[in-house]
Amino acid sequence: MAMFIGRRLLFLVPTLIGVSIIIFILLRVVPGDVAAIMLGDYANPKDVAEVTAKLGLDRPIVVQYAKWMGGVLKGNPGVSFYDGKPVIGELLRTIPVSAELAVLGVFLSLLIGLPLGLISAIKHDSIPDQVSRVVSVLGISIPNFWLAILMLTFLAIWFEWNPPVYYESLLKNPVNNLQQMLIPAITLGTFQMALVSRMTRSSMLEVLRQDYIRTARAKGLGEHLVIYRHAMKNAMIPVVTVVGLNFGILLGGIVTIEQITGVPGVGRLTLLAINQRDFAQIQINVLFFGVVFAFSNLAVDMMYGFLDPRIRQS
Amino acid sequence: MSTLTDLTIPRGNRWRRIATTAPAKSWAIISRKPIGSAGAFIFLVMIILAVFSGQLATHAPNKQDASDRLQPPSLAHFMGTDEAGRDVWSRVVYGARVSLYVGIVSVVLATVAGTALGMTSGFIGGRTDIIVQRVVEMFLAFPTLILALVIMAILGPSVNNLIFAVVMVLTPRFSRVVRGSALATKEEPYIDAARSIGAKPVRILARHLLPNILAPIIVLASTNLGIIMFIEASLSFLGFGTPPPTPSWGRMLSGTASGYFQIAWWLAFFPGLVLSMAILGVNLLGDALRDIWDPRLRGR
Repeated sequence: MAMFIGRRLLFLVPTLIGVSIIIFILLRVVPGDVAAIMLGDYANPKDVAEVTAKLGLDRPIVVQYAKWMGGVLKGNPGVSFYDGKPVIGELLRTIPVSAELAVLGVFLSLLIGLPLGLISAIKHDSIPDQVSRVVSVLGISIPNFWLAILMLTFLAIWFEWNPPVYYESLLKNPVNNLQQMLIPAITLGTFQMALVSRMTRSSMLEVLRQDYIRTARAKGLGEHLVIYRHAMKNAMIPVVTVVGLNFGILLGGIVTIEQITGVPGVGRLTLLAINQRDFAQIQINVLFFGVVFAFSNLAVDMMYGFLDPRIRQS
Repeated sequence: MSTLTDLTIPRGNRWRRIATTAPAKSWAIISRKPIGSAGAFIFLVMIILAVFSGQLATHAPNKQDASDRLQPPSLAHFMGTDEAGRDVWSRVVYGARVSLYVGIVSVVLATVAGTALGMTSGFIGGRTDIIVQRVVEMFLAFPTLILALVIMAILGPSVNNLIFAVVMVLTPRFSRVVRGSALATKEEPYIDAARSIGAKPVRILARHLLPNILAPIIVLASTNLGIIMFIEASLSFLGFGTPPPTPSWGRMLSGTASGYFQIAWWLAFFPGLVLSMAILGVNLLGDALRDIWDPRLRGR
C-alpha cells in the first residue's frame, strides 16, 4: 500500500508542474499590458514602464516563471499586484472557510445521497425508488447557483430569515457560522448528492444480481448482513469514482456559491483577484485549486485500493 | 430502407407510407421511453423558443420602460418586468438563443476536436500518445469551471470567447474517453485486415475506426450538453460570459437584478426555472440516447 501511494505521489509532480506552467502562460498572453490596465487609461508611459519593471514583467517569461516557482516552493509566491500584501497570507486566511464549506457539502451529499440510492436499489421500482430517481435527476439538472438564490430569496420572503451578514469562524461563533454555512453547503452538495444516489442505485442493483450475493442469502445470512457487509463494499467502487471525478465541479461551485452567499473563501478571493487583475493572487489561487483537485484524485485511487485488494497489489 | 424497396416502390408511395406509419412509430417510442421522450419534448420546446424568439417575445428584450419597473407577472408581462422595466418573458425567450447556440456549437466543436485528438493519439500510440496524454492530463488537473473562468477573464466576455473557453476545457476530457475506445477497437481483426490490404492510416481512421467508436462519442456529446449549458450559465452569472445587453439566463440572475429578488421574486424565479428545465430536458434526452446506444450502461 505504501508503495502504491508513493508511486501515485510521484506521478503528481509532473502534472502539478504542468498546471503551474499552463496557468503562468495563460496569464501572460493577456491582451494589453498588465501595468497599463492596472494604472488605467490616463497613465503616462513612464509610470507604466516603472510598474512593469517593479513587477518583473519586463524580464523573459522563463526567468519570471523560475522566480515564481522558486517563491512557491519556499512558501512565498510574491505579493499582490493590487495592494502589495503577500498573496500567500490572503490564501491561507481563506482556505479554512472554503475547506469547511467543501467538507460540509460532501458530508451532506453522502448523508442524503447514500441512503436515497440504497432505498432505491433495495426497493427497486417502488414508489420510494421513483421519488429518489426524480430527486437525483433534478439534483443533477438544477444549477447550484440558482438553488442558492431560490433558498435565500424565498426563506427571506416566507420566513423573514436571512443568514447572518458578517462572517464569523466556526471556532469563534459556531451558531452564526453554521447558519451562514447551511445554504452554501446544501447547494454545493446537491449535485454530488444526486450523483451519489444515482450511482449507488445502479451499482447496488448490479451487485445484488451477482452470484456471491445469492450464495450469501442461500447460506442463511440476514438481509442486513448481505446488504451492508457483502454488497455495499463492492457497490461503492463506482460511487467513489463518480464522486472523485466530479469533485472538480464541486470546486468550481465554490466560486459561484461563495459569490452569491458572501462567504469569504478562496472562491470569492479568486473572483475578486480576477476583477482587480491581481495576477499574483490569481496564479497562486488557481494553482491551489489544481493541487486540491490532484490530491482528491489521489484520494480516490487510495479508496480503490481500500475497497478492492486486487488494485492494491498490481 | 434498402435499395430494393426504393426501386420497387414509387416515391410518392414511400412518403405516404412514412406519413401513415409515423404516428404509430412515434407512439411506440414514446410509450417505451416516456422519460427520454419528455426530454426530447423539452429540448424541442427550447429549440422553438430559440428559433422563433422574434414571434414569441411580446416585447423587445432590451427595451427599458421606467414607468413599468418591477411589475409582477400579469397578462401584459407573463413573467413580470425587471428593475429597468424590461419584460422578463421576452428576455427569457431570447436567452434560449444564447444558451442553445453556445451549448450546441461548443459540444460539436469539442466533440470533433476531442475525437480527432483522442483517436489519432490512441491509434498512433508510442511516444506521440505519451506526450499528448501528458498534456491532456495537465488540462484535466484543473477544475473545469475555474479553468474556463480564467480563460474568460483573459479574453473578456463575448459569445465566441465563451465557446472557445468551453471547447478548451472539454476537449481534453472528450479526447480521453475517445482514446480509450480507440485503443480497444484498434486491436480488432478488421483493423488488421484493412491494414494488410494496404489501406492508408487516414483511411483506416476515417472508414474503419471512426464508425465503430461513433456510438460512445454520440453518448459522450449528448450527456455533456447539460454540463456545457451549466458552465455557460455559471460564467454568465459571474459576469464573464455573455456581454450585456444580450439576454442570457445566467446573467439575468446576477448584477443589479439580484438586489431586487426579495421584493420581486419573479426575477429570481423564472430565468432559473427555464434554465433548469432546459438542462433537465437535455439530461433526460442524453440518458435515453445512452440507453439506446450503449446498452451496457442501461439504467445508470
